[in-house]
Amino acid sequence: MRRVYLDNNATTPVLPEVLEAMRPYFGERFGNASSIHHHGQETRAAVERARESVAALLGCRPAEVVFTSGGTEGDNLAIFGLVRPGDHVISSTIEHHAVLNSCKHLQEKGIDVTYVPVDGRGLVDPDDVRRALRPNTQLVTIMMANNETGVLQPIEEIGKICAEADVYFHTDAVQAASKVPIRVKQIGCDLLSISGHKFHAPQGVGALFVRKGTTLEPRFFGGSHERSRRAGTENVPGIVGLGKAAELALKGFETREDREIAALRDRLEAAILHRVEAAEVNGKGAPRVPNTSNIYFDYIEGEPLIISLDLKGLAVSTGAACSSGAIEPSHVLTAMGLRPDRARASIRFSLGKQNTGDDVDFAIELVPASVARLRELSPLYNKNATQAV
Amino acid sequence: MNSNTIAVAMSGGVDSSTVAAMLRAEGSNVIGLTMQLWNQRRLAGREGMPESVQGRCCSLDDVYDARRVAETIGIPYYVVNHEDRFERDVVRPFVQEYLSGRTPIPCSLCNNHLKFDQLIAIAQQIGADAVATGHYARVEFDESRDRWLLKRPTDRSKDQTYFLFGLTQEQLSRTLFPLGGMTKPEVRALARRYGLALAEKPDSQEICFVPGGDYKKFLDAYLSEQGDSLPDTAGELVTTDGRVIGEHGGIHNFTVGQRKGLGVATGSPLYVLQIKGDKHQVVVGEQENLYSRTLLTRRTNLISTDELREPTRVSVKIRHRHEPAAATIEKTGADEIVVMFDEPQRAVTPGQAAVFYDDDIVVGGGWIT
Repeated sequence: MRRVYLDNNATTPVLPEVLEAMRPYFGERFGNASSIHHHGQETRAAVERARESVAALLGCRPAEVVFTSGGTEGDNLAIFGLVRPGDHVISSTIEHHAVLNSCKHLQEKGIDVTYVPVDGRGLVDPDDVRRALRPNTQLVTIMMANNETGVLQPIEEIGKICAEADVYFHTDAVQAASKVPIRVKQIGCDLLSISGHKFHAPQGVGALFVRKGTTLEPRFFGGSHERSRRAGTENVPGIVGLGKAAELALKGFETREDREIAALRDRLEAAILHRVEAAEVNGKGAPRVPNTSNIYFDYIEGEPLIISLDLKGLAVSTGAACSSGAIEPSHVLTAMGLRPDRARASIRFSLGKQNTGDDVDFAIELVPASVARLRELSPLYNKNATQAV
Repeated sequence: MNSNTIAVAMSGGVDSSTVAAMLRAEGSNVIGLTMQLWNQRRLAGREGMPESVQGRCCSLDDVYDARRVAETIGIPYYVVNHEDRFERDVVRPFVQEYLSGRTPIPCSLCNNHLKFDQLIAIAQQIGADAVATGHYARVEFDESRDRWLLKRPTDRSKDQTYFLFGLTQEQLSRTLFPLGGMTKPEVRALARRYGLALAEKPDSQEICFVPGGDYKKFLDAYLSEQGDSLPDTAGELVTTDGRVIGEHGGIHNFTVGQRKGLGVATGSPLYVLQIKGDKHQVVVGEQENLYSRTLLTRRTNLISTDELREPTRVSVKIRHRHEPAAATIEKTGADEIVVMFDEPQRAVTPGQAAVFYDDDIVVGGGWIT
């Protein structure tokens, strides 16, 4: 069966160039980067080269890059590394669970957290952040791009507000990296987390940008790896893969790959909306990353649609899954004020560099037919159709 | 999807896993589905509930087991989330019944509202024509009556028809019970033959969302989570002639037929005869008063016939572990049936079901009022 993967916000395939770059570090270049001898020097050099590549992707100094195991660790290190009892934290209602549940944990420990809302397009209002500031606000953590809708938040404005108020600003840029250019100076953030597997590096590696001079208490204690910010022997193959993926991402901006992906996404979105009535894009009217389209289909449930599509070879998702693999009601769409039935009827399509026009055509053929089938079985839809006649 | 696509409700246990493997081996297109019904962590640690998650319902271990089976036999597998529906249609009524002094059976509610309603709906939506489960029961079409029949299984010791009396003709027409003709040891042997790692997994017995079967703790924990607390239903222990002989701490602590925990000492053993929910009274008396000759069911569902036109001889089961007793049933209202036993039956319990059998055919059943 032909299988098309349009769930790249969940994870992406490792690109062949990335796999090639990593390969020696599983075999002949096996040294511990902390070792004094030749083998250690060899992997140390590879780790530092990767650090330079990641720094180039983020527009920061290599010394400001801390390698992590991924986005969740970066978010946790930023939040728990900075916040102390008595502090106040500002976040938003649409953060990824890595941030949201970290903030909830802070609350359980007695720390005040304010969650700023979003509007119907899924956008945070920077003025809400300004109004939420308190004398004891220590950290603002608001994501750069939302994982479910792809909506880009006004983080440069938030960065300015944080700079004026002299509070730390962390942004979860996991869904932004390689999709839109990232310049930490322009954003004005002190911390920024990324995850390798969201842009064609392997799972299990990521990075946290930590602005020079930021005092961060480590979460892991042990050796003095990563300038004592993250103890533990480096995941060298993963880090090398992350470095290579960062290089490819930067090159992608030069060759305007992002525009190609945007064109594919726009074609997919337009065709589906053209062929399916009573459907609309979540986050319409807001700036979005070029690869993501989240669409609701009235009168049906998202869960059987996703299963039906998967049985026919198309992999998409809703963006929110619990540990069993079942679909959870989306806190993001709910926060945007979407009706509960529409939140349950929403599907996320997310493209990656490996996707082609044929892949998009496959989805354009399959999705409207599957939605139509489900609507035939839907009492709600049939009632509505009868009334229309 | 061709016409032979079957969705199997997989719980992660031996029975449903074997069903999936059997149907797959027979050449059907099988899709494995697990219903996520309850989040066991929700009430963990609240009001004396265990901190660690021990309940059997929808535990991650069971999902993991089901997933492993699906992978072993090579079928697609999905977990579908029905937590909202389960809470609305099973958990809340379960709590409400106890608070009103009745003794509910959530498994029947779950079968009616989730397993054979939502599951059949989602199966149709994803292109499956029928749903198969690991229940021990048989379903077959009877040409002469022009009806789908629900029948007791070959292995009477595993008979689950008592929990299935609410199935409609439409639901039965889309349901398969492949284990109806097998015994449990045969099922386990088959599971071993198919190479299923969980062939020796023990059976689950308790109410799946109530860890350790401690429903009182569950009531406390659920109500406290809802920002509520157990209503004070403390009241009097009275005899059949209305004499007050003691007090009790709340009607939810009692079920008809109960002897222990009454907190009064008399010469002869006392039993709970009746719970008067509106007066918060628990009526107690001698064992002989526990027997009754008649009962009334409401929300009755008929299976083998569309209408009870005249008094009918059947045998009736009034709890899961009850030997069916001879009786005559007669329609007394729209979905109301009166059951007259030949011999008085012990501890007829409101909230439980009365299920009517004609030999091994399920005539129907209803909720005891």
